[in-house]
Amino acid sequence: MTDHHPNAPLELTRATSNGPLAEQVQAPEDLDRHDGNVAAPAVERGQASMITVSDLSFYYGAVQALTDVSMRIPPRNVTALIGPSGCGKSTFLRCINRMNDLIEESRVEGSIHIEGQDIYSPQTDVVELRKRVGMVFQKSNPFPKSIFDNVAYGPRVAGIRSRTALEEIVESSLFQAALWDEVKDRLDASALKLSGGQQQRLCIARALATGPEVLLMDEPASALDPASTARIEDLVSELKEHYTIVIVTHNMHQAARVSDQTAFFFEGRLFEMSETAELFTNPKQKKTEDYIGGRFG
Amino acid sequence: MSEQSAVRRQRRKRLAARSFEWLCLTATFLCIIVLAALLSGIIYRGAGWLSIEFLTNGPSRFPDQSGVKAALIGSVWLIGLTALISVPLGTGAAIYLEEYARPGILRQFIQTNVSNLAGVPSIVYGILGLGLFVRTLAIGDTVLAGALTMSLLILPVVIVAAQEALRAVPDSIRHASLALGATRWQTIQHQVLPAALPGISTGTILALSRALGEAAPLIAVGALAFVSRYPLGPMDKYTVLPIQIFNWTGKPQHDFQNVAAAGIIVLLGVLLCMNALAVFIRYRYGKQIRW
Ligand SMILES: Nc1ncnc2c1ncn2[C@@H]1O[C@H](COP(=O)(O)OP(=O)(O)OP(=O)(O)O)[C@@H](O)[C@H]1O
Ligand SMILES: [Mg+2]
Repeated sequence: MTDHHPNAPLELTRATSNGPLAEQVQAPEDLDRHDGNVAAPAVERGQASMITVSDLSFYYGAVQALTDVSMRIPPRNVTALIGPSGCGKSTFLRCINRMNDLIEESRVEGSIHIEGQDIYSPQTDVVELRKRVGMVFQKSNPFPKSIFDNVAYGPRVAGIRSRTALEEIVESSLFQAALWDEVKDRLDASALKLSGGQQQRLCIARALATGPEVLLMDEPASALDPASTARIEDLVSELKEHYTIVIVTHNMHQAARVSDQTAFFFEGRLFEMSETAELFTNPKQKKTEDYIGGRFG
Repeated sequence: MSEQSAVRRQRRKRLAARSFEWLCLTATFLCIIVLAALLSGIIYRGAGWLSIEFLTNGPSRFPDQSGVKAALIGSVWLIGLTALISVPLGTGAAIYLEEYARPGILRQFIQTNVSNLAGVPSIVYGILGLGLFVRTLAIGDTVLAGALTMSLLILPVVIVAAQEALRAVPDSIRHASLALGATRWQTIQHQVLPAALPGISTGTILALSRALGEAAPLIAVGALAFVSRYPLGPMDKYTVLPIQIFNWTGKPQHDFQNVAAAGIIVLLGVLLCMNALAVFIRYRYGKQIRW
């Protein structure tokens, strides 16, 4: 299940003069300002990034929801997206697994590269992409099926038929999602009978079962009680050993607790991005400071 | 002064509301009374003629030897074939309209036509079926031609019912499936259709029960009143319950009126069973799925 997680820093796969390479070598100032900060080794100069977003703009019909967003997300690391409601966090997240394709009359400009591959190029298979880039939604949305069938769904649609293989995947996914012990005796029970927090962890397990490299989470804990929220947060911290995680949150404390770097969005633009500790203690922009301080949003 | 008029206005409003309630109640009761009178009249006349022989005999010149067997089996054939034709077609059309078609002129055009077709009088479908299936395609006055005609008749209803069932499946399920790397078709096949199936079957059964009671279009495509043999295959001649009943009511002998009443009871019984099945499906599976 984890064999696709690279252990060593990735080699740059693209070497064009104006492509992501240029950006990777010349990382945004706020990313590598703190030389020697051990909290975020992955953002050091020259390190390959897992996800490279370049000048991304997104339009819902005539309405522009994102403007020229550029961002580098290092592998096996948690990136938090914060910002006031309606600033485009979810839109940005859905661009990364192309769920926005479903929206009529939407339009994307700019590019997103995942491990060097341009995900908006015509050669990209969206179905393959979504297997590599898992997503957990704000409101847990288990299928009205058994727990087992929920987790096995991704591998099944990918063509895995063998019962033992499926059982293995289901167990390891549920285990990674810290749900195995609670459900191992009732895998055939309906997923809708689980509690809200369990359902959300089931959705995480389901996303892990396709063997993704990236995990996108859109306010995964916003509908949960504090105890369940804490479990999800712990889970995020564990999962980042293997996965690159991008998480949207409205909770500043949560962002501070779980993320390595934080991106502050405002009115469709990436306003400021840096290591989490840095952004929260020493924001460069007044807007960021105001938002973090709870003065608006 | 103004306080008084306010009170009066209040009272008048309450009176109006009360009278409207009574009006509705009266209308409902009138309907029920008429229905009850009809039913009791039919049962009074027909119940005595119901027997096992009535179900196992074919048509006969003699009232006491007449039975519904040929017509009943003919109806089963007709409805069965109609279901086989209209369910895949109707569900397919609904899936196209709901899951694939982009909003635009084409989809609007199809949607408007489907809705309008539901209101076309059934005899028009009969004439269409006569021209298209019986003559042009040379299927003849067989049960297959009747089923094709009936399928045309109920397709709009099946499509609309299936569309509503598909629309009731929340997008969160589609998104969950697509985000896991399922294709559009896999999502429909594994998630959307199973969730919509109870709704689709309920709507289809109700549409089929309408087809069960239709006589007019079948007369046009040549369902015969005097077939003593029931159909053994789709290319056989046939008759159906409503035509058999209609035929009996036209006979001069008084007893045939009672035979017709007995036939109506059988028809109503079948209808009731189908509607009960629809209710059962909705109850049984509708409860299971809570989003
Ligand atoms: N399907 C859609 N069609 C049209 N406009 C949309 C659609 N989804 C979002 N928008 C608009 O795009 C902008 C960004 O929305 P988005 O959902 O990305 O914000 P968000 O930062 O996730 O907000 P929140 O914190 O409330 O979830 C908003 O102005 C919103 O109205
Ligand atoms: Mg959002």
